[in-house]
Amino acid sequence: MESIAQLLQKIPKYDGLPEMLQALIPIIVSSIVIFALLALAVLFMVWLERKVSAHIQDRLGPMVVGGWHGWAQTIADALKLLLKEDIVPESVDRVLFKMAPFIVFLGAFAAFVVLPFGASSFVTDLNIGILYIVAVSSLSVIGIIMAGWASNNKYSLYGSMRAAAQVISYEIPAAVAIMTVVIYVGSLSMVEIVRAQEGGFLNWFLFRNPFLFLAFIVYFIASLAEVNRTPFDLPEAESELVAGYHTEYSGMRFAFFFLAEYANMFLVSSVAATLFLGGWTAPFSILQFIPGPVVFFVKALVLIFIQMWMRWSLPRLRVDQLMYINWKVLLPISFALILGAGWMAIL
Amino acid sequence: MLSDFVSVLLFFVIGLIFLAFTLFLSRLIQSKGKMGRDKYIPYECGELPEGQAWIRFNIRFYVLALIFIIFDVEIVFLLPWAVVFKKLGTFAYVEGLIFIAILVVGLAYVWIKGDLEWVKSDDLDAMKS
Repeated sequence: MESIAQLLQKIPKYDGLPEMLQALIPIIVSSIVIFALLALAVLFMVWLERKVSAHIQDRLGPMVVGGWHGWAQTIADALKLLLKEDIVPESVDRVLFKMAPFIVFLGAFAAFVVLPFGASSFVTDLNIGILYIVAVSSLSVIGIIMAGWASNNKYSLYGSMRAAAQVISYEIPAAVAIMTVVIYVGSLSMVEIVRAQEGGFLNWFLFRNPFLFLAFIVYFIASLAEVNRTPFDLPEAESELVAGYHTEYSGMRFAFFFLAEYANMFLVSSVAATLFLGGWTAPFSILQFIPGPVVFFVKALVLIFIQMWMRWSLPRLRVDQLMYINWKVLLPISFALILGAGWMAIL
Repeated sequence: MLSDFVSVLLFFVIGLIFLAFTLFLSRLIQSKGKMGRDKYIPYECGELPEGQAWIRFNIRFYVLALIFIIFDVEIVFLLPWAVVFKKLGTFAYVEGLIFIAILVVGLAYVWIKGDLEWVKSDDLDAMKS
């Protein structure tokens, strides 16, 4: 953000612009940069997911498009989706049906405004950063319910109701796990949280004390459920619900749901990396020459890889087991953790 | 200086513009298939759909949603507590302990009442009879 502002200063006559524009243009430019990065990251993640799942199942995955290990496969898929007809079934609630992908996508995308990719590479550092992320990322539930209800399709209805129950339930353990970190930092700002973990991997909250380590695990499990990944992928369980709440969508609108899903995966991984794995800070002091954003992306990608690995290792839960794990296991554990972490903090 | 939230708003707007632009682009170049009524009926595994999906629907988690609201409000209350925790020390810890203890009593109550179950006991009775 600051570096972008400095770059813009070099444009001739930039100082001559009205002050209002001078303040707005860096924000706009950095938003577009993050948007482009996100789109690239999603394209890469879809390719990675296909490759990882293929190799776990002893297949090869996409190998043809683009030459080297089918790297252009997802680009081709995105182009294909762009060319597909945007079918709106006759019995849907047209307004809600068309609006739902927008809300789902914006809910996922808006959280990226506070993610600190590096010491100075973020759009803005809100002093309520992590609370903002928790709040905004639960917006997409509204979009999911809208999509499911508006589709007038039974699979969509089931999928969206399951998704709503699941996402709101798992938000509580996730938020309580986040709070254990906030106790140690004394601030909700994402940048402050990373600053508190500077200086090698032993300073990461993951390794500070056993309560925070368990909080990381609770957050990771809850975030898997929040982004509807296996073993919590009941909302779009292919074998029973076709595609869940986006059964009726096609073309670009379907692509937005897909984009939002992967953006959410990236989001929860980067939040976990920021809160517990030290964000942009390098694990060893010898590695400090590596730029912050690269370290950040590597940490996020490792967590994303673990999510994909989980997908092919664990079977899907039943819906009553899903509720059991949240309300009777994770919630009491997370309360015990916050009290334990608080106790360690005042010692 | 602009408020931080202006950038949040701008971020939203840029996201919206991106989505609208992509949809517009897609509309320009997308293939239009043949018109046909069958294409526009809701998908139900190739069968003709039986009735509407807009029915009165047992959403199951009504009580869970109420409990969720209570705990979500609790999180909103606990976040400021967590922020000033280190400054207040033991005092904040005892306060938090009491607050969480009250909530845990509530959780224990709904747990014993069986409201955390997905399949309620009266559903089971109904199934048996």
